Amino acid sequence: MKELQYDVAIIGGGVTGAAIARELSRYKLKICLLERTEDVCSGTSKANSAIVHAGFDAAAGSMMAKMNVEGNRLMEQLSKDLDFPFRRNGSLVLCFAEEDMPGLHELYVRGVTNGVPDLRIITGDEARAMEPNLTDEVAAALYAPTGGIVCPFNMTIALAENAADNGVEFWFLSEVEEVKPAGDGYELTVKGKETVTAKYVVNAAGVYADKFHNMVSREKITITPRKGDYCLLDQEAGHHVDKTIFQQPGKYGKGVLVTPTVHGNLLIGPTARDIEDKEGTYTTAEELAEVTAKSARGVKNIPYRQVITSFSGLRAHEAGHEFILGEVKDAEGFFDAAGIESPGLSSAPAIGVYMAEMIAARAKAEKKEDFIATRKGIPHVAAMDREERAALLKERPDYGTIVCRCENVSEGEIVDSIRRTLGARSLDGIKRRVRQGMGRCQAGFCTPRTMEILSRETGIPMEEICKNQPGSEMITGRMEEVQG
Amino acid sequence: MTYHDIVIIGGGPAGLSAAAAARKAGVQDILILERDSVLGGILNQCIHNGFGLHTFKEELTGPEYAARYIAMVEEEKIPYKLNTIVADISGNREVTYINREEGLVTIQAGAVILAMGCRERPRGALNIPGYRPAGIYSAGTAQRLMNIEGYRVGNEVVILGSGDIGLIMARRMTLEGAKVKVVAELMPYSGGLKRNIVQCLDDYGIPLKLSHTVVQIHGKERLTGVTIAEVDENRAPIPGTEEYYSCDTLLLSVGLIPENELSKGAGISMNRITSGPNVDDKLETDAEGIYACGNVLHVHDLVDFVSQEAALAGTNAAAYVKRTKESVPASEGKGHKVPLAAENGVRYTVPQTLNVDAMQDTVTVRFRVADVYKDRYISVYYDDKRVSKKKKKVLAPGEMEQVVLKKSSFAEYPDLRKITICTEVE
Repeated sequence: MKELQYDVAIIGGGVTGAAIARELSRYKLKICLLERTEDVCSGTSKANSAIVHAGFDAAAGSMMAKMNVEGNRLMEQLSKDLDFPFRRNGSLVLCFAEEDMPGLHELYVRGVTNGVPDLRIITGDEARAMEPNLTDEVAAALYAPTGGIVCPFNMTIALAENAADNGVEFWFLSEVEEVKPAGDGYELTVKGKETVTAKYVVNAAGVYADKFHNMVSREKITITPRKGDYCLLDQEAGHHVDKTIFQQPGKYGKGVLVTPTVHGNLLIGPTARDIEDKEGTYTTAEELAEVTAKSARGVKNIPYRQVITSFSGLRAHEAGHEFILGEVKDAEGFFDAAGIESPGLSSAPAIGVYMAEMIAARAKAEKKEDFIATRKGIPHVAAMDREERAALLKERPDYGTIVCRCENVSEGEIVDSIRRTLGARSLDGIKRRVRQGMGRCQAGFCTPRTMEILSRETGIPMEEICKNQPGSEMITGRMEEVQG
Repeated sequence: MTYHDIVIIGGGPAGLSAAAAARKAGVQDILILERDSVLGGILNQCIHNGFGLHTFKEELTGPEYAARYIAMVEEEKIPYKLNTIVADISGNREVTYINREEGLVTIQAGAVILAMGCRERPRGALNIPGYRPAGIYSAGTAQRLMNIEGYRVGNEVVILGSGDIGLIMARRMTLEGAKVKVVAELMPYSGGLKRNIVQCLDDYGIPLKLSHTVVQIHGKERLTGVTIAEVDENRAPIPGTEEYYSCDTLLLSVGLIPENELSKGAGISMNRITSGPNVDDKLETDAEGIYACGNVLHVHDLVDFVSQEAALAGTNAAAYVKRTKESVPASEGKGHKVPLAAENGVRYTVPQTLNVDAMQDTVTVRFRVADVYKDRYISVYYDDKRVSKKKKKVLAPGEMEQVVLKKSSFAEYPDLRKITICTEVE
């Protein structure tokens, strides 16, 4: 098999890998990103709280604290440069009992130490004035105006697209089986594909980061998948709270959050269960019940009847509960971005910069002059005003055919999600880019039409159209085949 | 802004029948807005027969039934726009739609008829635990993929819910060579028509497990199986009753939800039980000049009743338009409005109010019951007086019931405050 040589090979197309790829693409380096599934944002990055933490949670002085606060600071400009939805809605940590006040104060002090701006402790009544649906049980709260919410799909996709526009090669359905030192770098065996060699390897493999780290280092690490179940509610419930509502951990254990999403839904969760299966993204009845029960403690009258879907995500939990960022001591040229659990999404912009600068310095790489710093997202007709919409429709009449009626997604948006840089190749890929099927009917009406468009645009036969990875084919054949 | 006398939202069975009736009542300027690429709505994918027994006194398939109404609309040259989705309806009947040719357009309607139909309840709403693989379809989506697009959706099938579409699909998939292993129903009775249970399950030896539900979904990429368990009287799974079924397809037929996002946007008051608008005996909502009919108003069992109901909405909308054009004072439309109450086993009534002064000679009140009842009376009370009773051998939630109220019967009740429809043992 032929060898493909790169300066840098990044393992993993989640938000961390995509952010590192984007920042590294500023430099004169030949870079590839190897992703096991058919698309970026297919693992932990797609199933989480979708929030941008203010940064008071992580231990003072930790990498987590530093990256979180810096990531939060960078997020606003990044969301403008790369055109993905982000809103600084602020967050509240609810304190339910007088005896827990010292803990709340501790959080405040930690936040101030971490450099979180504008934090303040408010009374229960002040909190209720801000958020009328808080329960009477709320005794006080820590208010962080810098907390935010983001679209994790479009954030990851935007970073990846921009990296690709700047020359990073993305390999999909490319599972790395082995990493071993070779020459002055590493050799990566990719399942069913050419072997890749790279001077530098970035391990951004999420829950699998331990596997790759342990292939090259004697100092072993363990990443435990920490599973969290969520419920997503209809947009009719989206205004139930405006801020992200956390619960202070107390004698009842760790609470769950209640938050609006940038798309106007209400999200509640997650639970936290350490499991062994790194593919164990299943929900359980027990955990879903826990989500409901716990959420009701801080926020009243949540309309649980309006749940439109539930899902589960795995955080890549490392025993030390700290981000492992940097060159592995006994594996020169191999860089870990491991243990990226919460606040990983919030930290991604900062992790990208931090890792890229480190690797570029190591590689003595120069910056490109022609780096493309911005990227434009797919227009969403439903959000446009009349004139904008009229102008777009003149140019692209397919933006006038609404395919997904719940989220008002047009054929033009679906077509663009497939045609553009790193276009979607699966139904989930389309859904994450333009929200087709994300609404209250959960793709009941628009699935057949979307399958057709995907097949037409890509030439993938209908029988091979997948929900996500190969093996998730939607249909099993044509009717004629049965009738003979 | 362009004006039309009557704008009908939806070109399915309700919209078509409403259009035909409005034309018959003398309104020329009618416009149907349909989001799909053809008229006929969901009937187009219902290729089984059993439609039209009441309306045409013969058994038609869904497309045949639709074709008769489409023919009426075509013959009458009633204009319609396809591939056109309504984005917004205002309380004063401004309708905004989007399509490829015209972009975003707002028109003024003299009267609006809501005929948007309903959607299926998705898996997410049930919170079934497990993975989220491919192969889980609402029954109607699978029906469309098979009957319109011509694809097979799976080989080994479990169906959750015994709504009519699920029952029809059990037979349909069996006929296409798939193995339908079981239909699980959460409730102790089926939500579908008795005739469908006999013709679609019993005739094919497909077991129906009442008081059972899916408690686990297996398979990460494509579905590999489901676990089914019996439920107790509180519908909670009973530990120890779990049974695993291997399958690559799970069809959901777990309820239909009237699609009233537009109605809510127009500020129309909604009924908690039907999830449709509250209407009077003219099928007018509480937004003047906006009428509702078909499955957007309440989920029907037979399309024949949809057609009847929609024809009434069409006729009344036509009368409204004429009245406003002739500048008949609004007081003419006012009168003695009496609320209808659904009690003791009757879940709801449509209409929810009746205008005793302005009503037609007869008004059909449609409703569903809350449980399976044997040998019960359906009674009608005017205030505290039982004015009629009708014995039914079996009443079931899957079948829509009706009583007909005569205008003449109200003559002796000038101060009537409430009409009650209820079931009674005696």
